[in-house]
Amino acid sequence: MKTFQYILALLMLLCVSCRSDEILPPAQYDQLPIGATPHSDPVGMYLLNEGNMGSNKATIDYVDFENGFYMRNLYAERNPHVIKELGDVGNDMQIYGGKLYVVLNSSHKVEVMDVRTLVRIGQIDIANCRYINFHNGDAYVTSYVGPVSIDPNAQPGAVYRVDTTSLAITGKCTVGYQPEELAFVDDRIYIANSGGYRKPNYDNTLSVVDVESMKQVQKITVAPNLHRVRKDAYGRLWVSSRGDEATIPSRLFVLDRKDPASRDMVVTDTLDIPCSDMCISGDLLYFYSLAWSDYLERNVITYGIIDVRTKQLLTDRFITDGSDEKIDKPYGIAVNPSNGDIYVTDAKNYVSSGTLHCYDREGRKQWSMRTGDIPAHMVFLRKEEP
Amino acid sequence: MKKTCITRLLILLVALCAMPDVSLAQSEAYLDSIMTHTLNEVIVTANRFTEVIPSQKLAGKELEGLNSLSVADALRYFSGVQLKDYGGVGGIKTVNIRGMGSEQTGVYYNGIQLGNAQNGQVDLGKFSLENIEEISLYNGQRSDVFQTAREFGSAGSIYLTTRRPRFKEGERANLKAGVKVGSFDFLNPSILCEYKITEDIYATVNAEWINSSGKYEFRYRRVTPAGDMAYDTTAVRENGDVDAVRVEGGVQGYMPRGKWKAYMYHYTSERGIPGAIVNNVWYRGERLWDRNSFVQAMFEYDITPKLSTKVHAKYAFDYTHYVNNDDKLIHVDNVYKQREIYASWANKYTIVRNWDVSLAYDYQWNQLSEYRDVQRNTHWVSLASAYALGDCFKVQASALATIVDEEDRGQAEVPDKFKVTPAVFLSYKPFERADLVLRAFYKQSYRMPTFNDLYYTDMGNAYLKPELATQHNVGVLYDLDRNDNVFSFFRIGADVYYNKVKDKIIAYPKGQQFRWTMLNLGMVDIRGIDAQAMAVFRFPYRIELTTKLQYTYQEAIDITDPNDNYYGHQIPYIPWHSGSAIVMLSWQEWMLNYSFIYVGERYNQQENIIYNYTQPWYTNDVSLVKIFRLKDVVLKATLEVNNIFDQDYEVILNYPMPKRNYRVGITVEI
Repeated sequence: MKTFQYILALLMLLCVSCRSDEILPPAQYDQLPIGATPHSDPVGMYLLNEGNMGSNKATIDYVDFENGFYMRNLYAERNPHVIKELGDVGNDMQIYGGKLYVVLNSSHKVEVMDVRTLVRIGQIDIANCRYINFHNGDAYVTSYVGPVSIDPNAQPGAVYRVDTTSLAITGKCTVGYQPEELAFVDDRIYIANSGGYRKPNYDNTLSVVDVESMKQVQKITVAPNLHRVRKDAYGRLWVSSRGDEATIPSRLFVLDRKDPASRDMVVTDTLDIPCSDMCISGDLLYFYSLAWSDYLERNVITYGIIDVRTKQLLTDRFITDGSDEKIDKPYGIAVNPSNGDIYVTDAKNYVSSGTLHCYDREGRKQWSMRTGDIPAHMVFLRKEEP
Repeated sequence: MKKTCITRLLILLVALCAMPDVSLAQSEAYLDSIMTHTLNEVIVTANRFTEVIPSQKLAGKELEGLNSLSVADALRYFSGVQLKDYGGVGGIKTVNIRGMGSEQTGVYYNGIQLGNAQNGQVDLGKFSLENIEEISLYNGQRSDVFQTAREFGSAGSIYLTTRRPRFKEGERANLKAGVKVGSFDFLNPSILCEYKITEDIYATVNAEWINSSGKYEFRYRRVTPAGDMAYDTTAVRENGDVDAVRVEGGVQGYMPRGKWKAYMYHYTSERGIPGAIVNNVWYRGERLWDRNSFVQAMFEYDITPKLSTKVHAKYAFDYTHYVNNDDKLIHVDNVYKQREIYASWANKYTIVRNWDVSLAYDYQWNQLSEYRDVQRNTHWVSLASAYALGDCFKVQASALATIVDEEDRGQAEVPDKFKVTPAVFLSYKPFERADLVLRAFYKQSYRMPTFNDLYYTDMGNAYLKPELATQHNVGVLYDLDRNDNVFSFFRIGADVYYNKVKDKIIAYPKGQQFRWTMLNLGMVDIRGIDAQAMAVFRFPYRIELTTKLQYTYQEAIDITDPNDNYYGHQIPYIPWHSGSAIVMLSWQEWMLNYSFIYVGERYNQQENIIYNYTQPWYTNDVSLVKIFRLKDVVLKATLEVNNIFDQDYEVILNYPMPKRNYRVGITVEI
């Protein structure tokens, strides 16, 4: 019996492993299957992984086209002294003036980094921030919470103006409910109001804010639950709505000037195309849609390309080799401005690693890489700033 | 690193100094209860065929000596149990038995299940140990055929039994008052009165107030992979305050051929929800108000020496008010009300001396109002039989039918559910002299979708099927009772189990923007070993040493879909290795207790990759108890030190746990 005790004790000891110092999440470097592409411009692409809410797992990956590397989770490596790393729920990422801006929704801040080294420059504290865009040296950030509201069901959002040199907030304007993306035409900001927290009473307007005065000058009614706003090369706006997830489906809208002399925009076209995200590259608009079907009890995915000049659907697929079957939940899309490669991210179940897929302009899969949790937002790094 | 070596040494010491208990405390308490109720429970205790599978129990002195505030803290010492602890006095604490999920666990308070039809979770942090005399854990079910139908339904069962009144010769009343103070501005006064109305009727009233600011220091320290300091910061946990009052009481009576009990419970609290600590967020504004009240009654009667009957009834009302005051988030203000009516009728018939059969029928009505008014009726019918062959072989088999009548909702018709689940328990004692018992069981159990699963705005899925858990278990237990020897008691045992969870109800992403739906999509394969050992030494001068060791190995892997990148990976928050060690040393009126809890490495998400890795944690707790006797007054003083080595750890990702903390308590008993 005594020997048995000793054996059991030793077994316990072997099994029990101890704590060591907690290590920062390390960066990982993998080789791209296609190898290096010297002299490529853009030289690389940043990918923001959102991370599930509360997990503090927003991470930045980088695809190094020039040297042929996929670099995972770079922020903590480049900024080891930032407490609790990059943050919670990365909602948007853009490059402007040599800086990389990452909007961290649940960390209530915009993180600003050097675009080449990813070293932190500073942060802009904006509560519940959503999306960022730039105009004439200023950054504009939408936020779900504007003024404190007495009625909990009617809390409007806001757009903030931030000086990109000092990173100080210089202006603010109250807009509609739960504002999302924003774009600029003629010194006016067009902000998509979703009203996503007010279901079924979604917001259905675009707020138009004058850049100079930071005052809302107009509201344009479009459709319930607006989300994306993108400008094309012809000064038109492409706006997507999510619909009400019941009877009104997701749609795509085009806004143009009322007449060439006016600054006012009106909805000129309603495209019967559901759109979750889009990317305008030259005259082509690449999009995908992911929608839950109550009838089929599963997600239905569609892809396509629209000619922005004719507003016609050119094709209902841009992945041509059948490999789109492998995509569970498309969550981000980008098109390489120089070679036309298409990048689509797959967020899978939102709580495990996603995948970044690269397709050539003919829609044939080139490679796939494992990403962080919920890969979503991509921006290209040019050899020189445009 | 230094701590590491100390801990290893401690484990070794504990392990070698003897594999440790039915601690005396426990057997004493057991004896006590037998003696108190000799007259009335003679049938139960004398019938050797009632309990086929021994349970894990914590009771009496042992329970008092462990540094535990709530039932959840005490459950950490059981094998096969994983506690989810969000930290602090007010943080949610739920348990998961053998990897099957907390919704598969039934928690019974004085014999009747505590329900939460809304989310299926019982926050065990809310149940203080102040008035609890015994906690028992049964894998499968309590192996007693004479029980309510519902008790046959859980995959794992936890029984909380409140203190039974005991009166000294010639006394009519007991009064116990105490106060505990400690870290986090913790203040906990309590009072207990017991009164003997007649020789056979007792009344009990117990009340306590728990108040804590919940403020504790926590530290995040990280190094780079190269070993350089990255950051080291200490902050104070905010919005973790709790202010709770619990009042409960009852009357119980004994008759020559039966007993009855009526009981009421009321708990009211206000608390902050501290939330996850993420970059740039150190404070959150979520608040929660809770009111849980129930009244329950039980009546048991032996109609003939062979036929016994038992009736239970309960009415419960739960009120939850949730407010999100965080000015950075959308304001939320919700009130949820739940009502429950429960009734049960159980009967046992002894066909021959060693063959019992039982038949029980339970009915329950649940209602939830606020985000949607919903209700359901549930019926359970159980048929069970226990048979013993001589003194060596016992078998118990049961079948439970569960019928759920979902409310007809018109637009989305929720299907009614009908399920039958079997269970078979065997135990075999091969040698007449040696106290060696071999045991085995097989059991199926369903967990019904909760109201949230079915109806929650956007997320609910009316067509959910119940989730099925199948358990297989074989084990062995050896007891050596040497009475008055120095080495007076020894126990060693192990169980090997294989469980499978099918149609696991999980949240599944639906379209864009984090809309989720509930689907029967999960499949989990669980294999594990629970091992325990205990020894009691009685030295001269009334020195007594009890040692107890418990170890669990669990492999719980996701086998839902081979295409998932987490296929075959260990499910979140289930460690491969976990265990605890307890050493209790008592001398006259002094008692010194040391306990060690270990939870090994695990992952905080489905995928077992470095970014989801969670380090092991272990705490070392010590308590010192001294009893002073002044004539008829018994004064008990307790000093507790928890997390002596000041380990900074998290049970749940981004929910830091308290560093070293203290509690001092004093109780007076007249």
